[in-house]
Amino acid sequence: MSVNDISKGRRPKRAPLSHSLWPTLKTVLRTLGSVAVTLLGLLFITFIIGRVMPIDPVLSIVGERASQETYDAVYHQLGLDKPLLVQFFYYLWDVLHLDFGTSLLNARPVSEDIARVFPATLELASLGIVFGVVIGVPLGVLAAVRKGSWIDQIARVVALVGYSMPIFWLGLMGLLIFYGILGWVGGPGRVGIFYVDIVPTVTGMILVDSLLDSNIDVFKDAFSHIILPASLLGYYSLAYISRMTRSFMLEQMSAEYITTARVKGMSEWDVIWKHAFKNIRVQLITVIALSYAGLLEGSVLTEIIFSWPGIGSYITTALLSADMNAVLGGTVVVGLIFILLNIFSDLLYKIFDPRAK
Amino acid sequence: MSDTQSLRAWLLTETPTSRRHAKLSALYHGWLSFRSNTMAMIGLLILVALVLIAVLAPWLSPHDPFEQNLGQRLLPLGSEGHVFGTDSLGRDILSRLIYGSRITLYIVALVALIAPVVGLLVGTVSGYVGGWVDTVLMRITDIFLAFPRLVLALAFVAALGAGIENAVIAISLTAWPPYARIARAETLTIRSSDYIAAIKLQGASALRIITKHIWPLCISSLIVRVTLDMAGIILAAAGLGFLGLGAQPPSPEWGAMISEGRRFILDHWWVATMPGLAIFTVSLAFNLLGDGLRDVLDPKAGD
Repeated sequence: MSVNDISKGRRPKRAPLSHSLWPTLKTVLRTLGSVAVTLLGLLFITFIIGRVMPIDPVLSIVGERASQETYDAVYHQLGLDKPLLVQFFYYLWDVLHLDFGTSLLNARPVSEDIARVFPATLELASLGIVFGVVIGVPLGVLAAVRKGSWIDQIARVVALVGYSMPIFWLGLMGLLIFYGILGWVGGPGRVGIFYVDIVPTVTGMILVDSLLDSNIDVFKDAFSHIILPASLLGYYSLAYISRMTRSFMLEQMSAEYITTARVKGMSEWDVIWKHAFKNIRVQLITVIALSYAGLLEGSVLTEIIFSWPGIGSYITTALLSADMNAVLGGTVVVGLIFILLNIFSDLLYKIFDPRAK
Repeated sequence: MSDTQSLRAWLLTETPTSRRHAKLSALYHGWLSFRSNTMAMIGLLILVALVLIAVLAPWLSPHDPFEQNLGQRLLPLGSEGHVFGTDSLGRDILSRLIYGSRITLYIVALVALIAPVVGLLVGTVSGYVGGWVDTVLMRITDIFLAFPRLVLALAFVAALGAGIENAVIAISLTAWPPYARIARAETLTIRSSDYIAAIKLQGASALRIITKHIWPLCISSLIVRVTLDMAGIILAAAGLGFLGLGAQPPSPEWGAMISEGRRFILDHWWVATMPGLAIFTVSLAFNLLGDGLRDVLDPKAGD
């Protein structure tokens, strides 16, 4: 490869596939191995939590007035007389079959409940992350490019306030101002009372379902209900995303190739978006995946404020009524998604960013 | 006046005469650079005020925070004798906020004592001993890191039972892993330095090296991280209180107060708004202070 090749913009020849693929495959395999260990750890922790809880699982099934024989029978049936390790393997086996036991509140399988409530959370968090990315990324880029200017100060304050505000309080204030005083948005819940159960449930996400059913009225109503919680939730990811974008961009903008591009006479727009921004894409996707995972968690408190029937409301309701199966099932599912998103971002970074090798 | 000047000169000297002199001089230099950071100073002042308020609560609060007066329930802001109004049981909100600062400080102090110490122990042992101990400890750390913190804290509180101590334990259990990571990284760099090799040759034991030589060097980065995390800890504690899993009524915990005021948010907004502002102010102060400390103690990490 000569200097001439580079100046003409030709790519250097690729190494043979077998050589370049193997390290990638090794990374993937290693990551999968660590996922397995982490998942096992997650399940072990929830198992332990389930064991140390002060609630007697047998009593909650047989009731307080059951005879000693009934108690012993159920005790045996639940496998509580077996060694702890054996019990853990039973638990693993059940979870592998997506069996989290039955909810004590409504006697339905916890996994069914979770499948029912999860789309609501997914819908909320997804719209939230869209909000965070669409505003956070340009804000971060601008703050880095105009470092020290008023826009940088605004970005700093926005992030600082985002890091310091209790999310449930922000939700209450939003509800007070935009629903109570201004009346711009729908109140708590997913849709108004007149629109409940009108569109058939396909994905469980009302915005999507109403579009599939081409029912614009329901869509509008659902949108007016989701916009406030989603944007408040998105504000939290916005704070993080804009800060990270800023520091990634600052790092790039001080690099020598940027000076070279400017000396060549390239327009500032191209320097920013075609050179600097292009180089932070992988890092940025990592950050976005992480804050998406954070939003799934942050939705717990937001859902309660907005009476949003998602997994956060489900876990807390179960918690307050000591429905341990539901709590642990919900925790496992949220933890699982959290870990998978973490791993996904990690893997993406390792595969696509040559600097990570 | 000449006294203070000579003290200043003594502190700013380029040629310290003793170890203590050098230490004090370094501290003073740090303080000077910290003082020039306005935002960080504001944060510090807010926190000093918070501590004073907590200490002087009985003298500062105009009313008993637990005293109910149903005849004066839900009085608005600026009412006579109740600047911040009263809640649904006629209790003075300002007095409850003042006493609530004690609970907030109590939680913060406990978590700040437990989590970094656990992290420091795990991290330094892991980094210094290495081998399979390192592998196992770091795997455990990773597992805790991979967990969504609030949900894990929720599950812990569910198992341990609601209450302020259990909330502290739950938050600490979810907060230690980042400290372990930091302490390990620091240990790894320190471990291979020449002066460690030198004291090893002098016969220093592993315990002595870790406690006397590695820990002191890990402290400054841990302090920065703890300060930056404090805001998150306050928010988590308030979140647990809001869910009814932290401090129990009638305790004037700020999160629990918001939860109480939530029922009347549309008609009597101040009941939930005031404690929220208090939480916001304090966690903002910790964020400002943390940013400033990071600039002083760890200039590399800043922008």
